Amino acid sequence: MPHLKAAANRALQFALVLWAVVTILFLMFRLMPGNPMAAYIDPTFTVEQQQALMAQFGLDKPLWEQYIIYLGNLLQGELGQSFRYREPVAERIITLLPNTLILTFSSLIIAYAFGILAGAYLAWRRGSTVENIAVPLVLTTRSMPEFWLGMVLLAVFSFWLGWFPAGGTRSAGTSYDSLWALYTSGEFLRYLTLPALTLAIYSQGLPLLLMRSNMLDVMKEDFVTMARIKGLSPWTVVVRHAARNALLPVMTSFAIAVGYQLQGNVVVESVFSWPGLGRELVNAVSASDYPLVQGAFLLIAMVVILMNLVADLLYGFLDPRVSHA
Amino acid sequence: MLDVASRKPNLVARLLRSLRLPLNDPFALFGLAIYVVFVLTAICANYLAPYDPTEILYTPSYDLAADLRPGQEGFVLGTTSLGRDIFSQIVYGTRSALLIGITAAFMVALIGSIVGLISGYFGGWVDALLMRLADIAFGIPFLPFVIVLAAFLKPSVWNVVIAMALVLWRDTARVIRSQVLTLRTRGYVDAARVAGSSDLKIILRHITPNILPLSFLYGSIAIGWAILTEASISFLGFGDPESISWGYMLQDAFASQALAKQAYYWFVPPGICIILVVSAGFFITRGYENILFPKLGR
Repeated sequence: MPHLKAAANRALQFALVLWAVVTILFLMFRLMPGNPMAAYIDPTFTVEQQQALMAQFGLDKPLWEQYIIYLGNLLQGELGQSFRYREPVAERIITLLPNTLILTFSSLIIAYAFGILAGAYLAWRRGSTVENIAVPLVLTTRSMPEFWLGMVLLAVFSFWLGWFPAGGTRSAGTSYDSLWALYTSGEFLRYLTLPALTLAIYSQGLPLLLMRSNMLDVMKEDFVTMARIKGLSPWTVVVRHAARNALLPVMTSFAIAVGYQLQGNVVVESVFSWPGLGRELVNAVSASDYPLVQGAFLLIAMVVILMNLVADLLYGFLDPRVSHA
Repeated sequence: MLDVASRKPNLVARLLRSLRLPLNDPFALFGLAIYVVFVLTAICANYLAPYDPTEILYTPSYDLAADLRPGQEGFVLGTTSLGRDIFSQIVYGTRSALLIGITAAFMVALIGSIVGLISGYFGGWVDALLMRLADIAFGIPFLPFVIVLAAFLKPSVWNVVIAMALVLWRDTARVIRSQVLTLRTRGYVDAARVAGSSDLKIILRHITPNILPLSFLYGSIAIGWAILTEASISFLGFGDPESISWGYMLQDAFASQALAKQAYYWFVPPGICIILVVSAGFFITRGYENILFPKLGR
């Protein structure tokens, strides 16, 4: 069972990386300049609250003991109290996660649908004028700062044309019975369009270029030549034979892209005042709300690491020729 | 003396040749040209910028020169809401962009190459250890990490550079390592070993010259990353308060309602400059790929 063993190996590596990042986070917040208690205790907390947190995180104990307590608390999902919101960090970030995930996945799905089709098309039209213009253009979209693209779209479509709202997820004063009612409302879509479009324009370059270069490789293979010799139409050759095979590495890149996108979200969410994890992280850093910073950072890191693992496993699963040596 | 004098240009020529600058690729040439223009702008910023970028300016009639459109009162690109000259800010922004881009890229390429060389050449537990470290670096969310570090330490250009170098070496290290893995099995490396060369000498003389183009390639990608990252950090307000950068300009514009005022002349030029510098790196990279991997034919 070489596959199972390889997967177990990957899982072990995943656990190791997760532990290392958690440890780095611990050290970063305990060894930072200033009061070591500041990581969890705000001076404005009441004395009882301070003492409760002291006991909960063992802040009066030596560093190694604090570390053990910290790991134990993490395993129970205990991340401390947010200074600003006066509520548990875990609850706060869990309510923000759906907003971030919706933004990330909607933009990536648009980006991948477009990128895959356009990449296949450009490979097919290799050497044409379209290709010669499109490839540098795509490279240019990859070199845009995402937040700047967001600013330009906002200035044009929101402030000038007035087609879309300038930020947030709902207009002031409206409320919905449940998150589900909010997400399925037409209004939410209008708020989602610009940030999702911004991220999609930036992200389409990766699947597009990957798809294009994979297609170029696959088109040289014998089975494609064979399909041509059989007299199949170019459309059938490209779509049924070549594109299917070129698609595999692009699909694995989707998992990696989710991780990257979460990091990019930090700025784009700030531009569009999108109430997600990234904007919360930025605001928490500005407000020195350390428990919230740690929580948001940790959650983002966990998704990034998990997605790296998914990409690794998918790669071996979709293409068995890849050995996990 | 004579010996040194005659060897020196030779060494420079050899170094240049070993970088294998892609001068016959039109895109790469375009990219290099962009770099040259920006480098010259950065060096001559004092002469090119008509004003101090942080100076608050007044019109001849002693009004604050705020929110002037391009061309008004002789300001080429207009002024900010605080009455600062946008064109001068763009010119001086070139300095901090290149400074941060090049130092970060240099550190990334240097650390990545050294780790890759050691990991690939020695193999065994050294390799295993270094590659696990690379895995960990891949697990750190890059931008949040830089933000947190830049905010905790004093916000400065150098802290941003250090935070970037701490994470971004991973890509370069992996690629260089796999290249070294194939290089070290080559006949000339065996020959050098049999002839009694030390490990250090083999690495420096026989392997390093062959990976320099790859290091340079990853370095030029890292320049773009570094400039984009610095722009994001400054935009979020965690940048060096002392320096005028394009990211700072964008933050200033965003916070001063430039979008609602439709002041495109304020926030479009810094974005275009960032795109030009970053895409120049991509174009050079493409030229390199054609030289390094001619079979790809992309």
